Amino acid sequence: MSATPSSEKLGKVGRLRSLADFYVTTMRTEIQTQFQYRAATYMYLLGMVAEPVIYLVVWSTIADSSGGEVNGLTAGDFAAYYIVWTLVRTMNIVFTPYGWEWRIRNGELSGQLLRPLHPIHYDVAQFAGGKIPWLFYYLPIAIVLTLVFDPTFDVRPAEIAVFAIAIWGAYLIRTFNQTALGLVCFWTTRVGALFSLYIVLELLLSGRLVPLTLMPDWVQTLAWFLPFRWTFYFPIETLVGDLTNAELLAGLGMQLFWTLAGIAVFALVWRFAIRRYTAVGN
Amino acid sequence: MTTLRVALLHLRIGVLNDLQYRVNFALQVLQSILAVTVGLIVFQLVFSHTTELNGWSHSELLAILGVQAVMAGVVHAVIQPNMMRLSEEVQDGKLDHALTKPVDAQMLISVRQVQLWQAVDIPIGAVIIGFALARLGGNVGVLDALAFAIALAFGAVLLYCFWLVLATGSFWVIRMWFLPELFEGIFQTGRFPIGIYPDWLRFGITFLVPIAFAITVPAEAVTSRLDWQTLLFAGLFTVAAFSFSRWFWRFGLRHYTGASA
Repeated sequence: MSATPSSEKLGKVGRLRSLADFYVTTMRTEIQTQFQYRAATYMYLLGMVAEPVIYLVVWSTIADSSGGEVNGLTAGDFAAYYIVWTLVRTMNIVFTPYGWEWRIRNGELSGQLLRPLHPIHYDVAQFAGGKIPWLFYYLPIAIVLTLVFDPTFDVRPAEIAVFAIAIWGAYLIRTFNQTALGLVCFWTTRVGALFSLYIVLELLLSGRLVPLTLMPDWVQTLAWFLPFRWTFYFPIETLVGDLTNAELLAGLGMQLFWTLAGIAVFALVWRFAIRRYTAVGN
Repeated sequence: MTTLRVALLHLRIGVLNDLQYRVNFALQVLQSILAVTVGLIVFQLVFSHTTELNGWSHSELLAILGVQAVMAGVVHAVIQPNMMRLSEEVQDGKLDHALTKPVDAQMLISVRQVQLWQAVDIPIGAVIIGFALARLGGNVGVLDALAFAIALAFGAVLLYCFWLVLATGSFWVIRMWFLPELFEGIFQTGRFPIGIYPDWLRFGITFLVPIAFAITVPAEAVTSRLDWQTLLFAGLFTVAAFSFSRWFWRFGLRHYTGASA
């Protein structure tokens, strides 16, 4: 579907280059767009930060009241965990399945299908571009949280390097998970209940709710074999935990695996889904 | 009197409209149960590491969770849909349609939209409160029950005032798509007793966002912790907040320049 006469003439290298061009341009446009709506983005981020602050306050209270630590985690450890959480969360916000519901119900998708590139490229590029202004907005929030909650950090350069890659891994895994979920809208235009179920699984199995070490053993084992853990707990632990170099690499490997698995599932579902699409609306 | 009749009629039409979509009811029940399940699991985790949180036991926290669910139902069914519609109409310049009607405009913009199925959180919350009370074993006196009902009413009015002030902000800020996310985030603080938060945050979710009055105070009433001074203060604060939000709404209205007409 992405092959137009001109792109066939371009050859493989040319096509890749024009795809890269497309990503750079879309990201740049999105960066400028996001810098315009400062107030709105800030309010959105503030709403997002409430979630980890609640968990942080609850677990610090418990740590303080039970002799300074819970399962070996002190109040400072919890602070570090949930502050890095906010950064990881900022980076792994992706296009929501509700967006697909809206696109398909309103017939918005028709126009997007006519373009020479697969619609997924627009979503991936647009949200990736949005991350850069969001990081700027995020910085003051991080500084305030650090001053207020006094986290304990002990970071190696290798961990920072892995973290910088892992947050993009988390972004890609979540993108393809949620897009695959969004494709369900080709069959039913109500994805809400299914998406809620996904979020509950994510909360419990990703470390979004609590550091996974506070979970029962069987949950931790289960989480290792599912994609969720690699979108929150792993990136957070690269900075906060004491992972060995082997563990860091293994984590990146798992992220790569889940990204590819996500792309495969997405591509497969897309083939069946797109046949069912009948434009409603414009 | 006419005002009240018009308000009730609008709400009735909203309810009838939503009654057509029955599958949504089942889906909403599922979503509400999932949300409550997460809350229960969090408490399970918390109390596997401690016996009390800031002086509240497991069962007492359940009462808070129940009150939070009830309030979430009220906000999502009536308050939020109307306020988001207000905000969108300011953006599109369609608010004229409401302003030109010969009834109080604030009343009208507050009752035009009902999302009935969101209200399933109210019975679900009530069940949780009942369960919590049964586990606590104590008997709730008539006075406690009365104080609980009054505190709930104050809380609902306060949340309405808060949303009205936010939505009135649309007259200046225009793009307010972030309101539900912002509110939802802050509203979740109500799942825990207000006392656990640091002072600055406690102040914020008491007076800026009335979470403490909307959730903690009713939960205190039903677990017999409430003194009458707090309830009286909640009442005075509700009156003050309502007057302020009404003044602010009218003040904002003067900045409205209809774009549709």
